[in-house]
Amino acid sequence: MCEVIVVTSGKGGVGKTTTSANVGTGLALLRKRVVLIDTDIGLRNLDVVMGLENRIVYNLVDVIEGTCRYRQALIKDKNTPNLFLLPSAQTKDKSAVSPEQMRKLVDELREEFDYVILDCPAGIEQGFQNAIAAADRAVVVTTPEVSAIRDADRIIGLLESNNISRIDLVVNRIRMDMVNRGEMMSIDDVVEILAIDLIGAIPDDENIVISTNQGQPLVGDQSLAGQAYMNICKRITGETIDFLDLNDTGFLKKLSKLFKK
Amino acid sequence: MNILDFFYKRKVSSEYAKDRLKLLLVSDRANCSPDVMEQIKNDIIDVISRYMEIDTAGLDIQITNTQSPNGDESVPALFANIPIKDIRSKTIK
Repeated sequence: MCEVIVVTSGKGGVGKTTTSANVGTGLALLRKRVVLIDTDIGLRNLDVVMGLENRIVYNLVDVIEGTCRYRQALIKDKNTPNLFLLPSAQTKDKSAVSPEQMRKLVDELREEFDYVILDCPAGIEQGFQNAIAAADRAVVVTTPEVSAIRDADRIIGLLESNNISRIDLVVNRIRMDMVNRGEMMSIDDVVEILAIDLIGAIPDDENIVISTNQGQPLVGDQSLAGQAYMNICKRITGETIDFLDLNDTGFLKKLSKLFKK
Repeated sequence: MNILDFFYKRKVSSEYAKDRLKLLLVSDRANCSPDVMEQIKNDIIDVISRYMEIDTAGLDIQITNTQSPNGDESVPALFANIPIKDIRSKTIK
């Protein structure tokens, strides 16, 4: 059975695209058939984060307008089997797609895939409406900042009024050193305020920047962020996984840090 | 740096963030813009003024969280602080 998951946040720049790329790749590594759809028309990004920007021939708007069939537009991932990307259009604007058209396309994809991941644009306008129209469940990404949490709360309200029954929270970019000093809200604080289920917490890890530079999601590798993303993927498939201790940097790492200085 | 800071622990910034957000989200969720709050305030002044003289400048209303009657969860509540100037100044017409 196929599940359609929208990754959304309201505020821009909190890590929707990074989360989409890593969750999609991680689910494919767990041997699921996955398609990632970039629904941010006019500002496509998921292709560069996945490192597939040179392979685009057709895009989402071409498929919707009937210029090509969706199979022609799907780009096979360079490393992970069973993972495909449907890129967004760069030249069209948000009004090129309607929620009904999106729903119809996703229903076709349901036949072929285990997971459809929709990378939602920032904001609550047409692009957001298109992305959530087709979704069964949602992953809301936020950071421990006042503005991101406020927007996330608004998004949760909109998702609920659009009858999306399952909404999970990802708290991104946590800096445990700041949390321990009391200068950043903790994961528990954020969960308490937003009052939805936590599906994962990602530390502010420089490996994320490195992996984006290289166009290769880091899910599943040994970095703390890579482990945290893999745990999210496993929880999405229904496994029960304990939350990582983000404080745990390990004795060797601390030692190597000491020498770097 | 004041020497008093050493003895009286200052509130850390994450607590400010949390408190501000809690208040903010209550009014966001209730869809109460400052305009609506102003209207509610004016209506309250109208009604109470029929019965007693109140200090309209000192009147303060806000939406906050409070413990529910059974005490296990917090629920939003509208608090109005209405200073009375003279309780017998107006007779009920």
